Amino acid sequence: MEKHQIQYETVRFHLNGRDVERTVDVRASLTDMLRNDFRMTSVKKGCEVGECGACTVLIDGETFNSCIYLAVWAQGKHIRTLEGVLGSDGQLSDVQQAFVEEAAIQCGFCTPGFVLTAEEILETGREYTDEQLRKLLSGHLCRCTGYENILRAVKKAMYRRLGKEPPQYSQHT
Amino acid sequence: MSKQVGKNAARVDAYDKVTGRAKYTDDLCDRGALVVKVCRSTIAHGFVKAIDTSAAETVPGVVKVLTCFDVPDIEFPTAGHPWSTDPAHQDVADRKLLNRHVRYYGDDVAAVIAEDEVAAAQALRAIRVEYEELPFVLDAQEAMKDGAPQIHEGCKNNILAHSDVRRGDYETARQEPGLIKVEGWYDTPTVQHCHIENHGCFAYQEAGRVVVVTSTQIPHIVRRVVAQALGLPWGKVRIIKPYIGGGFGNKQDALYEPLCAWCSTQVGGRLVKLECSREETFVSNRVRHAIRTHIISYVRPDGTLAARKLEAFSNQGAYASHGHGVVAKGMNAFPQLYPCPNVECDSWTVYTNRPAAGAMRGYGIPQAMFAGESHIDDICKAIGMSPLEFRRKNLMPVGYVDGFSKNELYSDSFNQCMNKGMELLDYQRKYQEYQNQTGPLRRGVGLAVFWYNTAVWPISLESSSCRMVLNQDGSLQFQTGETEIGQGCDTVYSQMVADAVGIPLSDVHVVSTQDTDVTPFGTGAYASRQTYIGGFSIVQTAQALRERILNIAHEQTRMPAATLDLVDGQIVRKSDGRVLKSLGELATESLYSLEDSQHITAETTAQIKSNAYSFGCSFAEVEVDIPMCKVKLLRLVNVHDCGRLINPALAEAQVHGGMSMAIGYGLSEELKFDPKTGRVLNGNLLDYKLSTFMDHPTLEAAFVENPEPTSPYGTKALGEPPACSPAPAIRNAILNATGVAIDSCPITPHILYRKFREAGLIQE
Amino acid sequence: MYDMKALYQAKSVADAVALRLAHPEAQIIAGGSDVLVQMREGKRAGAELISIQTLDEIRGVSLDPDGTLRIGSLTSFSHITRDSLIQKYINVLGQAVDQVGGPQIRNIGTIGGNTCNGVTSADSASTLHAWDAVVELTGPHGVRRQPIQEFYIRAGVVDIRAGEIQTAILIPKESYENCFGYYIKYAMRSAMDIATLGTSVNVRLSADKKTVERARVAFGVAGPVPLRAVHAEELAAGQPVSLELAERFAQAVKEDINPRDSWRAAKDFRIHIAVESAKRAFIESVKLAGGDL
Repeated sequence: MEKHQIQYETVRFHLNGRDVERTVDVRASLTDMLRNDFRMTSVKKGCEVGECGACTVLIDGETFNSCIYLAVWAQGKHIRTLEGVLGSDGQLSDVQQAFVEEAAIQCGFCTPGFVLTAEEILETGREYTDEQLRKLLSGHLCRCTGYENILRAVKKAMYRRLGKEPPQYSQHT
Repeated sequence: MSKQVGKNAARVDAYDKVTGRAKYTDDLCDRGALVVKVCRSTIAHGFVKAIDTSAAETVPGVVKVLTCFDVPDIEFPTAGHPWSTDPAHQDVADRKLLNRHVRYYGDDVAAVIAEDEVAAAQALRAIRVEYEELPFVLDAQEAMKDGAPQIHEGCKNNILAHSDVRRGDYETARQEPGLIKVEGWYDTPTVQHCHIENHGCFAYQEAGRVVVVTSTQIPHIVRRVVAQALGLPWGKVRIIKPYIGGGFGNKQDALYEPLCAWCSTQVGGRLVKLECSREETFVSNRVRHAIRTHIISYVRPDGTLAARKLEAFSNQGAYASHGHGVVAKGMNAFPQLYPCPNVECDSWTVYTNRPAAGAMRGYGIPQAMFAGESHIDDICKAIGMSPLEFRRKNLMPVGYVDGFSKNELYSDSFNQCMNKGMELLDYQRKYQEYQNQTGPLRRGVGLAVFWYNTAVWPISLESSSCRMVLNQDGSLQFQTGETEIGQGCDTVYSQMVADAVGIPLSDVHVVSTQDTDVTPFGTGAYASRQTYIGGFSIVQTAQALRERILNIAHEQTRMPAATLDLVDGQIVRKSDGRVLKSLGELATESLYSLEDSQHITAETTAQIKSNAYSFGCSFAEVEVDIPMCKVKLLRLVNVHDCGRLINPALAEAQVHGGMSMAIGYGLSEELKFDPKTGRVLNGNLLDYKLSTFMDHPTLEAAFVENPEPTSPYGTKALGEPPACSPAPAIRNAILNATGVAIDSCPITPHILYRKFREAGLIQE
Repeated sequence: MYDMKALYQAKSVADAVALRLAHPEAQIIAGGSDVLVQMREGKRAGAELISIQTLDEIRGVSLDPDGTLRIGSLTSFSHITRDSLIQKYINVLGQAVDQVGGPQIRNIGTIGGNTCNGVTSADSASTLHAWDAVVELTGPHGVRRQPIQEFYIRAGVVDIRAGEIQTAILIPKESYENCFGYYIKYAMRSAMDIATLGTSVNVRLSADKKTVERARVAFGVAGPVPLRAVHAEELAAGQPVSLELAERFAQAVKEDINPRDSWRAAKDFRIHIAVESAKRAFIESVKLAGGDL
């Protein structure tokens, strides 16, 4: 078999608030580049075909599955990963804080993707119904939580941002 | 002593996980690792005659191609069971690292080691395998017939195991005049765990030993299996388990650790990694046993049971893995849940050419409850009794003791749980209201209970070891062989340790990673045992540590140890409550003493020779769109008596997860097989219908807390029980709504279409 | 990492056409949600790719001077759903593509990709068929327009010729004016699923809302490619609005549909769902058009 000539391209983009540049193999996915070249462990591989949402990143403010996005397409884009959500002093965002408070985290593998999508949703400043939130979050699969506490967490963060009282959940214990 | 236990402490790993910093297996692997990919059989049954690797070897970047002709001639078991020193009770050793005799479509026949994943994938496509094809069989009962394909040598009629239960005299009892016979066949599907992190591992050699870092629930067991598979002394293998992205029983098996370890040894101990793709996870890891259950009940018109018979056929798939334990557990629950004086039960575990079935959340009980609880509602329909009344009359009574496990039902768990669930759902009113509806949209409510137990005693070893190491500042590290797999055991352990030792929660540092070189021996996460068994060793080890601390306090303060206490990290004189010094001051002084420096630790193993029933129920409410053949789950309530809650918020979260898995089991999830080739047709997350965010109603979890007398913390199983009863509750709700009794799950639109046509609800 | 032989990134439509001519074997990649998945599966492994992903000139929705609604081929599903022109003139298309996969897929998936892969289950396809969409292709000889029904040749094969790329989907004014439609995606899950059957109906009622002037219905997964049920359309045209008409309209779709038995669903089940969906979508369309049922 003939030796493949690896094709490289230099990509310049904005990652979590700073300009970056990498020369990458054009065959790389954005997941590959973020994990391998930037060691961003929040970008997870769960299916590599856009079905689970674990590799979600924000590109120009919209959520994308980075597994089915070529690294070279990052050229000129603003990309945000979960690493960019955390405050510079390690302070959790309101969404992250709500996930902790509502026990919305179990194995933690789907968590980064959910948090990023929730950030995108809440950036609109709108108040959503449960049904709308379920749809907006439906691009992520989770096997641990039954999605229940994730919904509670996102709602809690939403109400806090809107300056409203979050609903109380009855503990049937 | 309870200050932390019972509180909603935040998870100890919450920060790391919510920031994406928590390290899972692949996060720890050096980017320079060689990549291993497995070449899989494209037939369901047969022998590999030859493998041509020449083209694959010329692919640039390929380091080595290994085949089933190269592997050690060792068959090994994979089940995540404690090893038995009695050969008669050891797990079945029936597979090699790569197999010449292939037994399912997707079996491992060769492995490529390459410099990158693309080269490995190209090489896989270039491998040419020549097979001698044999007939295959996918159905357990078909596989038992004479003349069926022989899947493992020496295993007559492919029966891996058979076991039975006999009580009283079924044959005579069923002759009683006036009995009503209710008979049903109930089918449950092959499903997969679908943890979001696929199994993967990497291996390298260091200091003459093989090190494997792996996504597993059972590091110490994996060490033994890797050593057995490679023919190494067990101490030559070291397993490290970091955070894992879910397991649900799939990772309670040695999966690809043995092959990955062996591949490293074949390239001079270089770092190699083997990551399963999602598609491989569906086919070539483990699945839940599909079980077909035949139940006959002879019932008196007053609703009492005269005689019952159960036959269960468990589809083991290609390899033994956990084998017979799964269906046997379900079978053994049958006479206990609804005690009846005359019972005959038989269960068979049968090899077929499906993917190997192993452990999965519920371990046979979701299957048994789908069959058993569906059957109870079929009885109710036949004799005209309400499902609630029948259960109140026949369920295991308070004071019942199981002869084998010595488990006792100490409290009226079933009635208390059912009362709570009934109230939450307004079940009785709705049950009446939903009778005899007409029209295309109909609603229904359903109920199902479940039987569960805690840990594996007396079938197998139950012990728990832990180590506590005190730091200079009075905080401590806590280590145990029982693993965090997402369920939250690290957090509840911290709470228990804080209370048992007498220090603040913030001073407990759980070492989450298990490393077989340093972690005390423990068999890992399974059998809903961790909180229960961990409690024993935590109490015992804390006691030993406290004794050491108080003796040192005596040395340092000249007060008799018996007069001292350790409270909230302070050494306190009991008589007047005076704080003599902090634990940190004590530890610092002890460690840096010029006269008698002491490293303050404790480490013990607790023997757990008990088990505990853990019961509960589900209530479901559905809306059925008959022309569209669709079921909308409106409400689902689970009620559990898992004893005292250590962390109510995490307990509730566990229940949600189990309910979610069971919704899929009841309504949508099923691996489908091509009858012509035996290939899995839908082994990906698009075609396998795992519930999404939009497929669930609000999940309602409730608890009844009767402290378990055998547990030092009053706790018992909760990990698996939530997955056991929702599917039959949904099924029974559909029965209430439509009058149609469905005898299989998942209850998909395809099934409803057939059943509604049969029932005349849909005309063509 | 994807097993691709080479990647050519087009800088403009003209550049894409030139690349197509220079690399006739290469596969066009727009959003990537189909091509990359197939490449990973091994189906397109080792292929050359021409990426048109960055061509903003064919992204977005606008009105041509003659009133034709122009949807640039690279417009993502989520942008279609949110677009005010779509909402005003063909809201059902926005609703249909809002049921593709999940939110992330709707951000990456494009209407051009959804139609060029020639798949019968595509959520956009039945609505585009039902609204007589026109496909615009740009090639070395300029622009070519083709009715969408002719664009689909057979399962997985569409009429894109040498050097061409699809640049827009057009909805003529005559097609959308005073039309109201409804789409029913029948799937096994409420998200992240492909359609077991897709049904798109639209109607134009008389000024008094009493009569159906025109009814159109198209299905996905009722045949190897998306198809129209013309017998039902003819039956309904000129008829007074009634529930009984909805029933007859729905039964008539059986004249034209031809779903197959597959492991995903049986033929008789799909036919049953097609009839029920046609009825419901017809009723909803009439209601949206202001009809009284």
